[in-house]
Amino acid sequence: MIVLDHVTMQYPTGKKALDDVTFHINKGEFVFIVGSSGSGKTTLIKLLLKELTPTKGEITVEGKRYSRLKRKEIPMLRRKLGVVFQDFRLLKDRTVFENVAFAQQVIEKSMKEIRREVPAMLTMVGLADQYKQYPRELSGGEQQRVAIARAMINRPDIILADEPTGDLDPKNSEEIMTLLDEINKKGTTVVVVTHNREIVDEMKKRVIRLKKGKIISDVEEGGYRYED
Amino acid sequence: MKINTIRYSFKQGFINIRRNLLFSLASIGTIIACLFLFGVFYSVVYNMKHEVKMIEDSLTVTVFFEQGIDEQRIMEIGNEIKSISNVETINYISSDVAWKSYVDDVYNGDMNYVQNIFGEDNPLEDASSYELTLKDISKQDATVKTIKAIPNVRKVNSSDGTANSLNSINKFVGYASLGLIGILLLVSMFLISNTITIGISVRKEEIAIMKLIGAKDSFVRTPFLVEGVMIGVIGSVIPVILLYFMYDGVVDYLAKHYNVVANLIHFVSTGEIIKGVAPIALLLGVGIGFFASLLTTHKHLHV
Repeated sequence: MIVLDHVTMQYPTGKKALDDVTFHINKGEFVFIVGSSGSGKTTLIKLLLKELTPTKGEITVEGKRYSRLKRKEIPMLRRKLGVVFQDFRLLKDRTVFENVAFAQQVIEKSMKEIRREVPAMLTMVGLADQYKQYPRELSGGEQQRVAIARAMINRPDIILADEPTGDLDPKNSEEIMTLLDEINKKGTTVVVVTHNREIVDEMKKRVIRLKKGKIISDVEEGGYRYED
Repeated sequence: MKINTIRYSFKQGFINIRRNLLFSLASIGTIIACLFLFGVFYSVVYNMKHEVKMIEDSLTVTVFFEQGIDEQRIMEIGNEIKSISNVETINYISSDVAWKSYVDDVYNGDMNYVQNIFGEDNPLEDASSYELTLKDISKQDATVKTIKAIPNVRKVNSSDGTANSLNSINKFVGYASLGLIGILLLVSMFLISNTITIGISVRKEEIAIMKLIGAKDSFVRTPFLVEGVMIGVIGSVIPVILLYFMYDGVVDYLAKHYNVVANLIHFVSTGEIIKGVAPIALLLGVGIGFFASLLTTHKHLHV
């Protein structure tokens, strides 16, 4: 499903964010990518989203080799990847419903489909009653739920979450991770980039650990406790 | 593109205009100034062309033949002249018609008086001629040269002074207005481009999210194209309306207060001017708006 084959990413400044990284994530897996800041986690997410092009190596997602991908094929690739950010990235001038519907408008779904699918998705993330509210009226945890609903509404094969609990308190963090776990159990591959030690240790999922751009461990049912 | 997307693009296009109202108004204002000036120059040039055409229609070239050539040869010369592309009409003036016309002009048509002097003779016996009108008076010199080269043509009379002067002024006004309009068009494009750039920077976050959740370039770009085109449309409709009332007013004013001008110049009707200006103004407005937006979005929308 996701294959990184000897991927190196060096920025024009000369800084090497990823150095010869190779791993394979299977369909339906839940994987944590952990590491301290500057370890290359965010670069990895940007590479998977095709925001960046690796200096060396090949990335393959859903059988699509990124090096052979044409510019016009990128939107189609991204529709298979739902993305969740630490700072939620919601549109502040739109309601909960409109934020989720936006993801469907963007891929040109009809109003009929939007009216049918958005309420169902909001029910799934537990925000059915708050569909008229604006992001500023919601807690951090609720905003992240909206972001997850937006990421999930187009039924992507993979969810990429970049520090999804970074701005949340422990209780909300736990709820968000439970939600991502439920999504994973329904068959969606979930990749979570985080440095939240408690959550990683508690969930006992596969953990890929990066340090200075290199993979230093890749452990099934791992955690920060495996730190050297 | 689906109807839903078209509706979305129009809605967002209007929202963009409203969000950056000041810049949108500046862009619209510049296009109005540019296209209004275009309309004024168009009216001047069109009226001058109209005047030149009227003079051209009244100007004739007269072709005389060598003495002693027969009717057959005169007809052949006529056919050769007809085959010249710039010749619009050709009219044969026989020596009898020429003499009668002369008597009418000089002796007020008093044939008895003329017969007392000349008897039955026709002093213009060898003055039969062809009278021609030309399609394009600016090419008169070349046409006269071609006619002069025809064997048995003795002389070609033409009057080119007035028409050539008018043509020169017309050309000068045309080029000067084109230059000025060109500069204003560039300024308009620059201003629209700035407006769109600001619109893009205001919506940077939204555009980044759109691209990350799989929006095609066209989906991101279309609202900005709509914005540019709308600015162009508004900026082209207003000057046409202004021109309609202004042209009407100026022509009325001149007719009422300056009889000499009104008698000298045959003004083209307001309807005819607007019929010419409106589609060009609309095309220019929409074109500037569209291309300025296209170039700007192309430059700024790589995520």
